[in-house]
Amino acid sequence: MSHLTASYGPVNIIKDLSFKLAQGEFLSIIGENGVGKTTLVRSLLGILKPRAGKIDFADNSIAHNIGYVPQSRNLDEEYPITVRDFVSLNLRDSKLPWLSPNEKAKVTSILKQTDLMKIANRPLGQASGGEKQRAYLAQALLNSPKLLILDESTASLDVEMKQELLKLVVKFQKENQTSVIFITHDLPLARRYSDSYLLMTKQQEYTTGPINRLVISESEKV
Amino acid sequence: MLSFDFMRHALVAGTFISIICGMMGVFVIARGMSFLTHTLAEIGFAGAAFGLFIGWPALNGMLLFTVLSSAMVGQLGVRSARRENVISAVSALFLGLGILFIALSDKSATSATSILFGSVIGISLSEVWQVVILSIVVAVVTLLMYRQLKFDSFDSVGARVNGINGAIISIVFLIMLALSVSVAAQIVGSLLIFILLTLPAASARYFVHSVSSMIALSIGFAVAGTWLGITLGYLTNWPTSFFIATIEVIFYLIGLIWYKRS
Ligand SMILES: Nc1ncnc2c1ncn2[C@@H]1O[C@H](COP(=O)(O)OP(=O)(O)OP(=O)(O)O)[C@@H](O)[C@H]1O
Ligand SMILES: [Mg+2]
Repeated sequence: MSHLTASYGPVNIIKDLSFKLAQGEFLSIIGENGVGKTTLVRSLLGILKPRAGKIDFADNSIAHNIGYVPQSRNLDEEYPITVRDFVSLNLRDSKLPWLSPNEKAKVTSILKQTDLMKIANRPLGQASGGEKQRAYLAQALLNSPKLLILDESTASLDVEMKQELLKLVVKFQKENQTSVIFITHDLPLARRYSDSYLLMTKQQEYTTGPINRLVISESEKV
Repeated sequence: MLSFDFMRHALVAGTFISIICGMMGVFVIARGMSFLTHTLAEIGFAGAAFGLFIGWPALNGMLLFTVLSSAMVGQLGVRSARRENVISAVSALFLGLGILFIALSDKSATSATSILFGSVIGISLSEVWQVVILSIVVAVVTLLMYRQLKFDSFDSVGARVNGINGAIISIVFLIMLALSVSVAAQIVGSLLIFILLTLPAASARYFVHSVSSMIALSIGFAVAGTWLGITLGYLTNWPTSFFIATIEVIFYLIGLIWYKRS
């Protein structure tokens, strides 16, 4: 991605941002609230057209197959459908109202990989926070994306659950050579699981590099 | 009782109407549009009254008004139309118009009652055909966009980030809803539309937890209520709508108790 500028209306939220992401690389994006992390993701997804600069994908098929776990979801306790059904919502290769055996197998496989088989037939509304996040992850992974983006998916989880979720992500990443973009405020977590970082600041300064070079100064809260 | 034409007509129309209402209801609830549906029914009432006034069949007047207004809501954006004060204002306007049209047309009060509370017994053969065709249109369109509609209705955030165009789905859905409301009003009347369009789906949610089984059960509740209601209406000469309403409420209560216990 080179010299990306993205904006809502007249205000440039992101100004002249460039970075590279290799296949199979795990990148953590770090930065205070409101620096434009989610805005960057929206640009990657093509929901928001860049004002300037461009995003190059090595292969166009990547752009069309990005798995994204959004920052917030509007599902409450009353949310009625099962974990399995929720994950299946992302099956869109066919137009038929019913699922083919192939599609069912695909869902089962991803439920196994995300450790959700035990609660697959329970309503998602009754699942715990960690289980919900895993269900969101499973839905995003369903079509075997080449790029997976997690927008603060671990924010509401306890330490152990965070590790669990990221272990699943890393396992999938290694097995499928998926690139991962992980947005977080949790530095230890980023240090532990990622290969590289992108630090975004309010001053619209962007630094990037291998994760072991990440230095955060006192004045920068993330 | 099946030897009477009017009973056969009522049962055929009732069956088709119940099937699409049961199906659409699941999406209406998932999309949080129960209130909007009710408003659409009131708009339908004004449409039917308008039809009465200019000498059209009630169904045509309803179709005209509901389809036009749902296209308008689609333009406005469902989100802003869902705001309660907007809805109240729209309801007030259309109920007022409905009353005006009824007063202006020199028809008796019974026509008004049948628009408001339904009159499936007495539906003519050509009206049955109209109901059947409209129902098939709704069912086919819904099935064609089933996966996208399902994704958008049950996980709008996920649908959006996966590239589903929510605006188009919303508009098409609203128009299908307008058609459903208009045909459903033929049985239960515009005042009681939610008896068929939201209650069966709300009950189904208590029993089953996948979209397809919710649709199946919701259709089951709607059809069962309609058949029983029409039969009881025939046997007792009491209004069909009364029976259908009572039966659907019973299903709902059973669901509620079932849900609380498990
Ligand atoms: N749809 C929108 N229209 C206008 N401005 C927006 C919109 N979405 C976000 N913004 C603004 O863009 C800026 C960056 O928002 P963004 O959501 O990208 O921040 P973020 O880095 O993801 O923050 P957080 O850590 O809180 O999630 C904020 O100032 C926000 O108010
Ligand atoms: Mg954000």
